[in-house]
Amino acid sequence: MPDAPGLELIRGEIEQDHPGAVLDTGFEHGCASLAIDPAHVLAVLGWLRDAPGQGYRFLSSLHAADYLPATPRFAVHYELLNRDRVERIRVKALLEDPSSAGGVASGGPRTEAQPPPAGPPEAATGPAAGALPEIDSCVSIFPTAEFQEREAYDFFGIVFNGHPDLTRILLPEDYVGWPQRRDFPVGGEPVTFTYNEHNYG
Amino acid sequence: MASRPRTRERAREIAGDDVRARAGAEEAAPGLAERTEVMTVNIGPHHPATHGVLRLVVDLEGEVVKDLRPIIGYVHTGIEKSCEDKSYWKVIPFVERMDYLSYFFQMEAFCGAVERMIELEIPPRAKYLRTIFLELNRIHSHLVWLGTTALDLGAISMLWYCFRERDRILDLFEMAAGQRMHTRYFQVGGVIEDIPLGFEAKLREFIADMPVRVGQYQDLLDRNEVFLSRTKGTGIVSRERLLELGVTGPLLRAAGEPWDLRKAFDYLAYPEMDFKIPVGTVGDNYDRYRVRVAEMVESTRIVEQALDGLPEGPFIADDRKYVLPPRSELSTSMESLIHHFKLVTEGYRVGPSELYYAIESPRGELGCFVLADGSAKPARVHFRDPSFVNLQAFRDMSVDSYVADMICSLGMLDPILGGVDR
Repeated sequence: MPDAPGLELIRGEIEQDHPGAVLDTGFEHGCASLAIDPAHVLAVLGWLRDAPGQGYRFLSSLHAADYLPATPRFAVHYELLNRDRVERIRVKALLEDPSSAGGVASGGPRTEAQPPPAGPPEAATGPAAGALPEIDSCVSIFPTAEFQEREAYDFFGIVFNGHPDLTRILLPEDYVGWPQRRDFPVGGEPVTFTYNEHNYG
Repeated sequence: MASRPRTRERAREIAGDDVRARAGAEEAAPGLAERTEVMTVNIGPHHPATHGVLRLVVDLEGEVVKDLRPIIGYVHTGIEKSCEDKSYWKVIPFVERMDYLSYFFQMEAFCGAVERMIELEIPPRAKYLRTIFLELNRIHSHLVWLGTTALDLGAISMLWYCFRERDRILDLFEMAAGQRMHTRYFQVGGVIEDIPLGFEAKLREFIADMPVRVGQYQDLLDRNEVFLSRTKGTGIVSRERLLELGVTGPLLRAAGEPWDLRKAFDYLAYPEMDFKIPVGTVGDNYDRYRVRVAEMVESTRIVEQALDGLPEGPFIADDRKYVLPPRSELSTSMESLIHHFKLVTEGYRVGPSELYYAIESPRGELGCFVLADGSAKPARVHFRDPSFVNLQAFRDMSVDSYVADMICSLGMLDPILGGVDR
């Protein structure tokens, strides 16, 4: 891992080329992390991958997290690995929730009263309430991100612009809602087979 | 020319309207009639060769795979979401059930991540015991892989031999933990119980037998003409491409990259162990087989060393804020009773932090990301499952090969769909 001063050096070098890209640095439990502006995500990842002396060429894991009630609400985590120096660094792209302005819960769990609208969910929801956070896809520089970005889209509704095939991966294609958001309740899933429910109470 | 109508008619009989429509296109491009139609075939989700509930949509030209799309999610059970509703110690049995062949690894990834977040040092004996069980689990997982993959390739007897040894490992798990699978043996802070009397003798017997057994497996397969011609030179993907796709574990090592988290990072008792990382040269299915078989022998060596060097002392940490007090204290100490009550009802709290902890599972880098918000339940538990990421390489392994080789490659890829879908 780069130590705390090393992390500040990395931050300084990124700031030279991309002012405003790095929002914060964090160092906890021996792990370094860079919080970045999502607009610069490809520039920062590309720099960490290709700049001489960096060489974080392996993307171990890409996952999303929901920090509700904090703002910015979402983050996409990129766990980068330099296999020569055996160093990890986490890049956190912080994403605002575009639908939070109206105070509407955006997870949108499916309820009995609200039958699932026809068609793909992102097309069916309105522009304000259903607006999804967006970030550039890093499949072009890390091909391994393809499945993992689809997973983040599937569960958190984070749109990765430029992804070759951004569809649901683990949930059914016609599923409505983003179930791993913190405001999506556990057990909010209606039971499909209820035709003989009355026999069994 | 005379043969064209007859071919079209036969195709029509076999495949119906779809082919009829394409046959119309042939008139425009003469010469295509001699070629085979591209046919889209669905394999799975319930098919013995898919090693789980995996669906493959394959474009075939004759017997050659032209394109392939794995469709997953059939056994998605929302484990990550369910974990957010459980206190930390109740998450352990949940995450075990993701990849059902490497449950000890899932436990270690989660417990290790939480231990690092609360900065709880585990005692040396617990480190060694965990190492022993992880490596036994690795052998167990590789045995299931070898048995089922050899079965796919027609070597039916391999399944019985592999499952015979696997049963001995499960007996050991049952002896120590009370369960054969999903043991919940690892706890935050150590392991739940010390190994029982007689365990060591039984384990030593197994250690002595295992290299002999591996030799027998190799005798059965290494000069088997059918096995060799089906594995050698098939499913090759270059090392660079594998790294781009994020592939780790035996698949990457078979392509000649000696990358193993047990050597690279410092966790459990691995820094004190003397073992080798088997690597391949070509990166074909045969190398993948050789690497895994060699890993079984290396794992046996690790178990033996860990058993020889097993330190005396406590098997779980002594921090009563996180670890249950011993049963015997409950009837004598009020303080222990309170700790026990607090830990069982609410559980311990973890301060706001986040951590990614990765270990080397039988299939590659198994990472666990835990986000804590200060409460007694994790705000997010995410597993970077190696099967899920490795599956992306399947298209590269199979395109332009025969269907039969694709089945072989899938077996050698060793995806566990419980881990893929979580």
